[in-house]
Amino acid sequence: MNYKRREFVKLGGLTLAGTVLLPPFLKSCTGVDVSKGLQGYLNHFEVDPGLLKKIIGEAMGKGADYADLFFEHTIENYSTLEDGKVNQAFSNIGFGIGIRVLKGDQTGYAFSETVTPDAMLKAARTAANIANSSAKTASVNVSEVISPDYYPVKVSWENTSIKDKIPYLQKVNDRIFSLDKRVTKVNATIGDTTTYVMFFSSEGKFATDCRPMAYMYVTSIMEQNGRVENFGVSRSARQGSEFLTDQMVESLAKEAVEKNAILFEAGKPKAGEMEVVMSAGESGILLHEAIGHAFEADFNRKKTSIFSDKMGKKVAENFVTIVDDGTLPSDRGALNIDDEGNPTEKTFLVTNGTLTSYLHDRISADYYKVKPTGNGRRQDFRNIPIPRMRCTRMENGPHKKEEIIASVKNGIYVDNFSNGQVNIGAGDFTFFVKAGYLIENGKLTKPIKDINIIGNGPQALSDIVMAGDDTVLSKSTWYCGKDGQSVPVSMGLPTIKIKKLTVGGTNA
Amino acid sequence: MTKEEKYALAVMVIDHALKSGAQEVSVSIDENRSNEIEIRDKKIDKLLESNSLGLTVSLYVDRKYSSHSTNRMKKDELIRFIEEAVTGTRFLAEDQFRKLPEPELYYKGGGTDPGKLDKTLDTIDTRTKIDMATAVHDEAFGKDERIISVSAYYSDNIYNKVLVTSNGFKGDSEGGNVYLSAGVSMKGKTSRPSDSWSETSIFIDKLTKSGIGSKALQRTINKLDPVKIKSGKYPMVVENRVVMNLLSPVYNALSGYSIYQKESFLAGKIDKPVGSKLLTLADDPSIPSSPGSRLFDDEGLAATKRNIFEDGLLRNYYIDTYYGRKLNIKPTSGSASNVIMNLGTRDAAGLVSTLKKGIFVTGFNGGNCNGSTGDFSYGIEGYYVENGKIIHPVNEMNITGNMNQVFFNLVETGNDPRKGRSFMIPSLLFDNIDFSGI
Repeated sequence: MNYKRREFVKLGGLTLAGTVLLPPFLKSCTGVDVSKGLQGYLNHFEVDPGLLKKIIGEAMGKGADYADLFFEHTIENYSTLEDGKVNQAFSNIGFGIGIRVLKGDQTGYAFSETVTPDAMLKAARTAANIANSSAKTASVNVSEVISPDYYPVKVSWENTSIKDKIPYLQKVNDRIFSLDKRVTKVNATIGDTTTYVMFFSSEGKFATDCRPMAYMYVTSIMEQNGRVENFGVSRSARQGSEFLTDQMVESLAKEAVEKNAILFEAGKPKAGEMEVVMSAGESGILLHEAIGHAFEADFNRKKTSIFSDKMGKKVAENFVTIVDDGTLPSDRGALNIDDEGNPTEKTFLVTNGTLTSYLHDRISADYYKVKPTGNGRRQDFRNIPIPRMRCTRMENGPHKKEEIIASVKNGIYVDNFSNGQVNIGAGDFTFFVKAGYLIENGKLTKPIKDINIIGNGPQALSDIVMAGDDTVLSKSTWYCGKDGQSVPVSMGLPTIKIKKLTVGGTNA
Repeated sequence: MTKEEKYALAVMVIDHALKSGAQEVSVSIDENRSNEIEIRDKKIDKLLESNSLGLTVSLYVDRKYSSHSTNRMKKDELIRFIEEAVTGTRFLAEDQFRKLPEPELYYKGGGTDPGKLDKTLDTIDTRTKIDMATAVHDEAFGKDERIISVSAYYSDNIYNKVLVTSNGFKGDSEGGNVYLSAGVSMKGKTSRPSDSWSETSIFIDKLTKSGIGSKALQRTINKLDPVKIKSGKYPMVVENRVVMNLLSPVYNALSGYSIYQKESFLAGKIDKPVGSKLLTLADDPSIPSSPGSRLFDDEGLAATKRNIFEDGLLRNYYIDTYYGRKLNIKPTSGSASNVIMNLGTRDAAGLVSTLKKGIFVTGFNGGNCNGSTGDFSYGIEGYYVENGKIIHPVNEMNITGNMNQVFFNLVETGNDPRKGRSFMIPSLLFDNIDFSGI
């Protein structure tokens, strides 16, 4: 499979509608009784430790080195406002078990959407086919993985009615229309997901997690003298329905209108290479694309990443420290455990300018003989875990935002993005700038919009010549796509200056 | 689950939803089976098998609408699922436009089977699949000392689906495909390019199985050590393999949703010129054994051939029932079937041979298009061409422009749409495109 390009998209635009129903929508599958701990999960997935061991035995039956079971139950709701009314709601239930078998770095995988013993044993036999010798299972002690809870929930989404969500959609609609007469349409969505995960491996590792996720997305459409512009903004967090606040609605409404209004004045810069100042927060997309994917250890194990021969080497200025962090409370990228049952952590990718770690899953950690970093993630039980980012961010640098902008004679300042991508082997990355400004003689001047920026990862990393002391996390709804799997991520950055990137624009 | 069992389940869900208070209901049940095999550097890297079954029910309750899907098929759970969904729907606002399609627009039966399923796919054993992928892999592996990694990939997929509505539609469809690809990574003097090649077909015996690995290798060799060139306006040939990157925003802009939401740069342009006279595209669901062929769409609407663009004039949008009612336009279908473009006389190499000084775009890297305005900007890679000859690879460049303008710059269409795809778009030659480089 040659998926060298990694796509990264911020929730935007189209039909990602929102909420759902009910007083807790699916009573027939109400969530796990978390208060009962491990037993609550076992009851929910209708299994016991004896059966789990039997399935593992079947999976290891052809001489595998390792096997794991990933049970998942996901309840997803979203509801949408269109034409001033919350007039559509959607939901999805996903339930099943994924069975993975490893022989060296080779993977066999199958899943079942029913958890009857027969169905699970059949899936185990299918996955076992990656190995082809005689069985060598040994009994192991079962131990539960205990991890901190980085996303405690005050009010669970399963106990939140659609009635409680509708007023927030209505408020954001009314507020946006009240802010500017040029507004002609508002689309808004509230979405929530609750995922229960239970993990069991041939090494006896037993882990569970309950993962909430929430987002609210708003698009304003404005018209001026026959011209139409749209601007989408969003917020996301691993929270229960305490996520919904009037304060969030107000900030979304203001941002959706103020940033859209600027687009009517915006043009395109001159095409070519120039200095680029990236704003604090959302510009973390640079880290995600320019280096984050290339630090995922599967690409390095396979030697396809442009960073595969740079471990321990100087890759950036001394003031550059970049981490991938799964421990930020209620952050969209937070994880208590990854999808291989490993506790999450704050992983230092670049420390004072030197490459210090890749992002590992089980296979790559074995290959590099290092401890797993808790980056083995998967979209759902239908997919295998692979190294993925969580919250990728850069720590504070020594400069002030004002001095960074003042240092640029001719360049651009960029602060809103919709998507990015990277070509892992070549290292060429891009991000699409929804809005920004020209910088002329050290000052922000004309607004710009809708341009693509392209650069090369290692070059851009070494070209970060200034970094501000104002690092901030983006709260937007970022999704990362790799090998056909989408996972939620987040990012952060201080204001930085890159010496040279190629900016889309005109040649008039 | 057999087709008959799916129909019976769909009818049970509809009956129960109607009893629970819904006035109209639509149910679809989808089943998918797939296998994936990846060979990397002489070893099996992955063997994946997938079997999934899902049910989606759309409810119209007191002029209110919601839609729900689940993979839990136990009857007692489904009954509670439906009851709770109907209850929840009542909390929503009324929407006078939410109704099932008009029954006279439904497919009424009697059509010729589109021929999209190769029943022998189910009978191919894993060893044969591994051998096919291995043969692809071996065409590239070890053939050049600069190779870092070679991977080959086999997949097959078989699906079937039933759709039943409470106002009289009942239909089922089935299909499948088989796919082979190769990817090669290399280390050059100044770069580490990778590239790939793939072939796909509905029928295993019609799948092109050789030349995949060697093409991927050659494409990667061609991309070694690229040089960025000066910003400027150049003519551009876009290779058939990636030309959909330019067509995708056009297709987004043709949807009823985008038009209604004022996120379409093609809104209000029916029968108006939106490109050069070479822009002629039709949507044709009736081509035998083509991936996009169908007798009815996702709503059950009878499939019909339509012209989308004719000699540069916009003739039809893609309108589903809901947005058709909101826009007061008769629904066509909300989604594309097979899209065919009028062909020229030369392939990509022929188009490139006409360039005095231009760029042959063979890959896109990121970028986006503003649906409301048509402003676009995309990263590209490809080759710099002088006097019809490729001079060197280029990368790390962007093209920028507006979709309302760029198709007026379409000056020649190729004759080389790729086999096995529902969008049969050839390589295209555009004039006067803004490139940003050095």
